[in-house]
Amino acid sequence: MSTPSGETTYYGEVEQSERLGAWSGKSVPRKEDKRLLKGQGAFVDDLWMHRQGHVHFVRSPHAHARIISIEVSRAEAVPGVYATLTGEEVGELQQPFFQMAPEPAGLMRDYCMAVGKARYMGEPVAAVLAESAELARDAAALIEVVYEPLEVIVDGIATIERQAPVLHEEIGSNVAWHGVYDYGDVDWALEHADHVVRIDRLHFHRFSSTPLETTGALVNWDPGTGVVEFRSNNQMPMFAAMFIGPAIGLGIDHMQFSSQDIGGGFGIKITSYTYLTALALLSRKAGRPVKWSESRWEHLAASAHGNERTFLDIEVPVMSDGTILGFKVRAFDDAGAYLRYEPLGAVIWSQVVPGNYRFKHIRVDYTETLTNKCPVGPNRGYSRLQHLWLIERIVDIVAKELGFDRVALRKLNYVQPEEFPYETPNGCVYDSGDYPAMLEQALELIDYEGARARQLAGAGSGKRIGIGIGSTLDSGTNNFGQSRIINSALPFSGNGEAAVVRLDLYGEITVTIGTSPQGQGHETTAAQVTADILGCSPDLVHVVAGYNKAANTYVGFSGTYASQFAVTGLGAVMGAAERLRGEIVKVGACMLGAEESDIELADGFVRLAANPEAAIPFIGIAATVFANVAELPGELADSVTLNCRYVYRPPFTVPDHETKRGKLTLTYASQVHAAVVELDEETGQVTILDYAAVDECGRKVNPKIVEGQVHGATGHGIGAALYETFEYDSDGQLLNSTFGDYHAATSLDVPHIATGEVECPSPFTPNGAKGMGEGGGAPLSTIASAIEDALPPGAHVVYDSHNNAERVYELLRSAAAAGPRGVEVISR
Amino acid sequence: MATEGAVHMVDLKVNGVAHSVAVPARRLLVHFIRETLGLRGTHIGCDTGNCGACSVICDGQLIKSCMMLAVGADGCEIETIESLGEGADGLDPIQEAFREHHGLQCGYCTPGIVLNAKTLLAENPHPTEAEIRRALKGNICRCTGYVNIVRSIEAAAEAQGSVRA
Repeated sequence: MSTPSGETTYYGEVEQSERLGAWSGKSVPRKEDKRLLKGQGAFVDDLWMHRQGHVHFVRSPHAHARIISIEVSRAEAVPGVYATLTGEEVGELQQPFFQMAPEPAGLMRDYCMAVGKARYMGEPVAAVLAESAELARDAAALIEVVYEPLEVIVDGIATIERQAPVLHEEIGSNVAWHGVYDYGDVDWALEHADHVVRIDRLHFHRFSSTPLETTGALVNWDPGTGVVEFRSNNQMPMFAAMFIGPAIGLGIDHMQFSSQDIGGGFGIKITSYTYLTALALLSRKAGRPVKWSESRWEHLAASAHGNERTFLDIEVPVMSDGTILGFKVRAFDDAGAYLRYEPLGAVIWSQVVPGNYRFKHIRVDYTETLTNKCPVGPNRGYSRLQHLWLIERIVDIVAKELGFDRVALRKLNYVQPEEFPYETPNGCVYDSGDYPAMLEQALELIDYEGARARQLAGAGSGKRIGIGIGSTLDSGTNNFGQSRIINSALPFSGNGEAAVVRLDLYGEITVTIGTSPQGQGHETTAAQVTADILGCSPDLVHVVAGYNKAANTYVGFSGTYASQFAVTGLGAVMGAAERLRGEIVKVGACMLGAEESDIELADGFVRLAANPEAAIPFIGIAATVFANVAELPGELADSVTLNCRYVYRPPFTVPDHETKRGKLTLTYASQVHAAVVELDEETGQVTILDYAAVDECGRKVNPKIVEGQVHGATGHGIGAALYETFEYDSDGQLLNSTFGDYHAATSLDVPHIATGEVECPSPFTPNGAKGMGEGGGAPLSTIASAIEDALPPGAHVVYDSHNNAERVYELLRSAAAAGPRGVEVISR
Repeated sequence: MATEGAVHMVDLKVNGVAHSVAVPARRLLVHFIRETLGLRGTHIGCDTGNCGACSVICDGQLIKSCMMLAVGADGCEIETIESLGEGADGLDPIQEAFREHHGLQCGYCTPGIVLNAKTLLAENPHPTEAEIRRALKGNICRCTGYVNIVRSIEAAAEAQGSVRA
């Protein structure tokens, strides 16, 4: 693969399979659906073990408090209570979790429960194990905790000021990470630009995609074998193992992880390892299995939130023809009280440094901070959506302030279709795309011209119409080597996934994968590609449901996260299926007395291409290898297993810590969304009139599953833009911790979503697919863009990613106030 | 110290099967269905009656089983997701429509939503999109953006209409 100039080799030749097509690319119904529709799924709360006890956590009501004492005797005296566990005990039983941050933040001592001090409202301080969930809750009420409340800091920027209370004394400040990403020459650009647009402050709010199934687990520390079994809904089990193992002294061979059906994850279930650790300690102490199901308020207050980010002092150099040269910004990311996946977010945004645009000169001064709020974790669009929202805000504000048409300005500045593969200023390579075509399609789907006419016609009616555009990226298959950009000592790089495809004793084709799906249809798409390669129907392919470390195969990267299954998971399945195919052909050729080149696989048979009558069913191959092996020549028998493992490995190298450059992700799915909204001048209420999502993700394995992911990501984005936000008061109290007041988007909030189609196969993947599903947070950009378009002249810029009626009402009123608008233009 | 407390005899029918069971006064209907009867298709998503994952049909009405005590269901006829479809393998036409139109992803909200669709179509065999969306308001789905759920219910209504005609 080379650039148009032919000079740069990005990833070498990537061989793409020619066997895909009979089933791949078709919307075959999902294998998972029957059990889920009949209520026969096996979610974690459906599991049960003999002698299990139920866990209830006692949680801190304070956002920041010293724990003076915990008295458990009254709880332990209750008949039916098996054990309690306190933070003090945890301090002795657990080593602090491994930290990915460099020092000083890397000195943080994080435990599975508060040890000595609670640092956010809802942090677990003790736990009770009892014979029923109700009894555990009752007994928990008898545990007496004496707190000494401490000063609270919830502001993600003020927290680094000298007078702010320090959360972790061992770190000495509330800075989790700081670094400057500097590409091109932004000072030169600002000096030579025809205009410089300055934006004071933009804020990306805190929310979560709140999977409908909360976190839970059934954990058993077997005293006989020392093996700890974790049946959970953790979505990245090998990542969890990396934290749990060293913390409580378990080798990977003594940890068994499994999950079958997971009720949504969206990243939020990655950091549940802290709870798994506490449950393991309780199980060991009580000598029995322990079961825990998080309540919704616990989930909202104390599982994980998405990253909140504030952008200050944004300066954008623009040429008179509309060419945007780049931007500079100071970014403050609020990680909450602990670093449980962070500070990886401090580098992951840089997978998409210029967004969909040809910006060349970019400087981001990035600070990640600690506050007395729930720790953040990856959430759909993780760390990129904040940055992409910033970029789309910049483009809209530049268009408005300098009088450019926002459609034309985007088309001018987009990376152009002929420029792919496109190298970004930090060395990432966008594989393929056609953003202008996607924009055209999105505008057509909302009837752009008609909407503009409605906008004019509606003037003076009390309803203001606005049209918004959001262009974003869903970078997938990440290179874990990017972690070295934030901490050069971290021993991670590359990526990969493992699969086994085997021909079982009676001719069954069985597939196991190291992934832990939460509704993405892996059983279906894995069966489709396997069927293509082995020449059979997907109905004949049994893909084992869910994750099982002992029974399936895995690598250190195994799990389901970060938009990569279509590349890593299916890459592994395809590789394993090809190996099995090779073995079947070898055995078949011998049995048919033919050359391997004469053999074809079709309809579940090995046959002679020239004479399809001469055929052996797969069961004949399996039965011979497994139960009639003396009939085969010894050399052949010794060379086949019919049990083929393959690890897909994307061709990454290690990014550079000093220059912060490298190939951080393999594929770049893209989104261009467009919306027409109506603002009610009296109330500030926003109503979406039309919404269109044009998503591009390379060659689709199952278009219906892809479209479902687009709908879902769009629903989350719309929910976040208008309805969903975590509100903390200055005491660190979370004000909306139930679904009664944290308004998860309903069927009346998400409108019909029109979808479009543009397909640009990735040249870098074995099937032309790109990872997708996170969706880049396009609706957040689109809705902000539409609201701004609807505001009267002179209004303040749309400065927040969350715009409820109250905020929109203020924006509407700001026009008449003629105060500062949050933006200024300096022209040469 | 609170314990399981007073126990009451409850007589009710679940999926056509009569049960006469002693239950603690404070046991929620959803826990009775899941833990006492072992019917795990009824799920729990929020504890506050907002999400609808625990929806079941009680005397023909869609209810949220986390909002009702098991003792309150004395004398009632309850239908759960396990009552739909023929036998262990068969799918009801509504379930078929959800499968055909990809009306589910993780499947956690699905039993509640399918029962919601069943009661909706029983009352209103030809709902408009707006009527379907209004009916679904009390059932949160975090995966589908509701688009394919609406599509599935529209398709189920059509299929039902053609069978009747």
